[in-house]
Amino acid sequence: MDFIPNIIFAIILFAGIGFFARNIKKLSRNIKLGKEVDTSDNKSQRWNNMFRIGLGQTKMVVRPIAGILHIIVYLGFIIINIEVLEIIIDGLFGTHRIFAFLGGLYSFLIGSFEILALLVIIAVVIFWIRRNVIKLRRFLNPEMSGWPKKDGNLILYIELVLMILFLTMNAADYQLQQMDAVHYTKAGAFPVSQFIAPLFQEMSMSSIILIERSAWWLHIVGILMFLNYLYYSKHLHILLAFPNTYFGKLRPKGQFDNLEAVTKEVRLMMDPSADPFAAPDENAPIPEKFGASDVMDLKWVQLLNAYTCTECGRCTSECPANQTGKELSPRKIMMDTRDRLEEVGKNIDANKGEFVADGKQLLGDYITHEELWACTSCNACVEACPVSIDPLSIIMDMRQYLVMEQSAAPSDLNNMMGNIENNGAPWPFNQMDRLNWSKES
Amino acid sequence: MENELKVPTMAELFAAGQQPEVLFWVGCAGSFDDRAKKITKAFVRILNKANVSFAVLGTEESCTGDPAKRAGNEFLFQMQAVTNIEVLNAYEVKKVVTACPHCFNTLKNEYPSLGGSYEVVHHTQFLKQLLDEGRISMEGGQFKGKKITFHDPCYLGRANNVYEAPRELIRKLDAELVEMKNCKKRGLCCGAGGAQMFKEPEKGSKDINVERTEQALDTKPEIIAAGCPFCNTMLTDGVKNKEKESSVAVMDIAELIASAEDL
Repeated sequence: MDFIPNIIFAIILFAGIGFFARNIKKLSRNIKLGKEVDTSDNKSQRWNNMFRIGLGQTKMVVRPIAGILHIIVYLGFIIINIEVLEIIIDGLFGTHRIFAFLGGLYSFLIGSFEILALLVIIAVVIFWIRRNVIKLRRFLNPEMSGWPKKDGNLILYIELVLMILFLTMNAADYQLQQMDAVHYTKAGAFPVSQFIAPLFQEMSMSSIILIERSAWWLHIVGILMFLNYLYYSKHLHILLAFPNTYFGKLRPKGQFDNLEAVTKEVRLMMDPSADPFAAPDENAPIPEKFGASDVMDLKWVQLLNAYTCTECGRCTSECPANQTGKELSPRKIMMDTRDRLEEVGKNIDANKGEFVADGKQLLGDYITHEELWACTSCNACVEACPVSIDPLSIIMDMRQYLVMEQSAAPSDLNNMMGNIENNGAPWPFNQMDRLNWSKES
Repeated sequence: MENELKVPTMAELFAAGQQPEVLFWVGCAGSFDDRAKKITKAFVRILNKANVSFAVLGTEESCTGDPAKRAGNEFLFQMQAVTNIEVLNAYEVKKVVTACPHCFNTLKNEYPSLGGSYEVVHHTQFLKQLLDEGRISMEGGQFKGKKITFHDPCYLGRANNVYEAPRELIRKLDAELVEMKNCKKRGLCCGAGGAQMFKEPEKGSKDINVERTEQALDTKPEIIAAGCPFCNTMLTDGVKNKEKESSVAVMDIAELIASAEDL
């Protein structure tokens, strides 16, 4: 009967990973609802961006306090996860601290995990204070009420609990090592948990073993639950930040895509040999919709952007429109895109893999015209994003839909465009007067 | 001191069998807006003084299509682009300089895939080049020690990573360059981009140009330097809003240099 824990462990482990894999499949299906875009160019530049911006977190430290604290939590999680490897092997095979044979190196590793765990706890507490006590402005925008606020705090609580469990487990283990308990190999260094260990001194060996085992099990089960929480949370960024920085925009920020569908039309119009009365080809594909009114009209990279957003709000806090009290918040654009994409995904799940029109769309039901028209296209949001998200491209695609499919531009802009069409300038001046300035004194 | 401007057109030079070193793309604001026309003339005076061989398109120039594109009218943008590219290519234009960052961005980044590839520089980059080559000199006595703050135009700075050329020119004037709390990559927009210049702002608590002007005034400048005709308008309005127009001037980099050179 000794192997029952091992079997239970294996079941929990595979269930946890299996459920996660299922959600990742759904995530990838949803992202692929977006339009094709060629990202096979400039591979070395893309890898470079991923290493520099994603792994290296270079844009996080633009705001030093949040940036440095974030790097601590990030390093903590990556490095402490080496420990998870040992936990999985121990769990599957009933061993205890299988890597203990590494000796000095093992002590060094466990010791540094402990120090990192402590630093993570400190960082998480400061993060919580920033959200709930100091109440930083960017965490209080209207789009942050309800689930997003709860989500942000939940993540902090989970991280805190996981770190405390890790240290408790080590402290109990250390105490058991001191007491020469069977099975508890003397190994590791415990620079932090040795200060927790004295709490257990008065307890019986079996109680301490119970504490050690409980902490061990709760820690690994907690990690598996956290893994599965990701898909429902803004915390997905811990995985998607890497592909997102890889697929991020490489061209100058000011360069917006030229719509190919429009280029074809314009070439045809400018072609003197084109027959204006030609009947349309019966087999011609339905003309492409201009711009975006729903998530399926966006490109898949934009949808990946939406899932990657961790709602930090740096974009919104740099946005000139938002700073001056306008409705627009680039973060909300990303959150709305994800919410709508999730809704579409659920619709597909409920209708045997086919999307059934639900009378809703991203434009209007999530993002208002007013938000879209408040944008100055200044790229401050794009620059601010630590993981290369481009909210501006979504705003521009939706403006294209409004103007080219619906003629729904504000009337001032219609005047401006009418002037360009008629006089070649946004103001009502005659093109023949363009050089008059050279003769004026 | 007001010498007559020499402003050759591409058509004139082409007829004479000549090709200028650079095409000066004046832009709509530079051609029609009263404030921006002063910038255009200041830049031309510098070009004349340095004997730069340049030409303008004059009546053959048309809007690049930037405001149409940012407003969502890709169709109108591409119509404008294709028309302009036909003219530019017919004159075999190789290099373009412009005093408008919006024209600069569009010509440099968005025309190539439509068939128009040119070396495009902003006028501050061009002036910096003239200075480096010794073709213009800057004494700067007039601005010596004056506090000047530079407002980064979004379409020059963030959009195209040009931050240093305008700053080096200001330093060359012996002026004291002071930075706003949001500058360079984190510079705050003046509020005109994305076709906002041509419409009323959405409702909010403040106008963006006032916010930016306040940031500029916080540096206690004598001059707010700009490199974009639209920023210039927005900041000039902002300074008026703050009733500081008697003590703080909003000037383009080209105007600063022309003025230092007594042109």
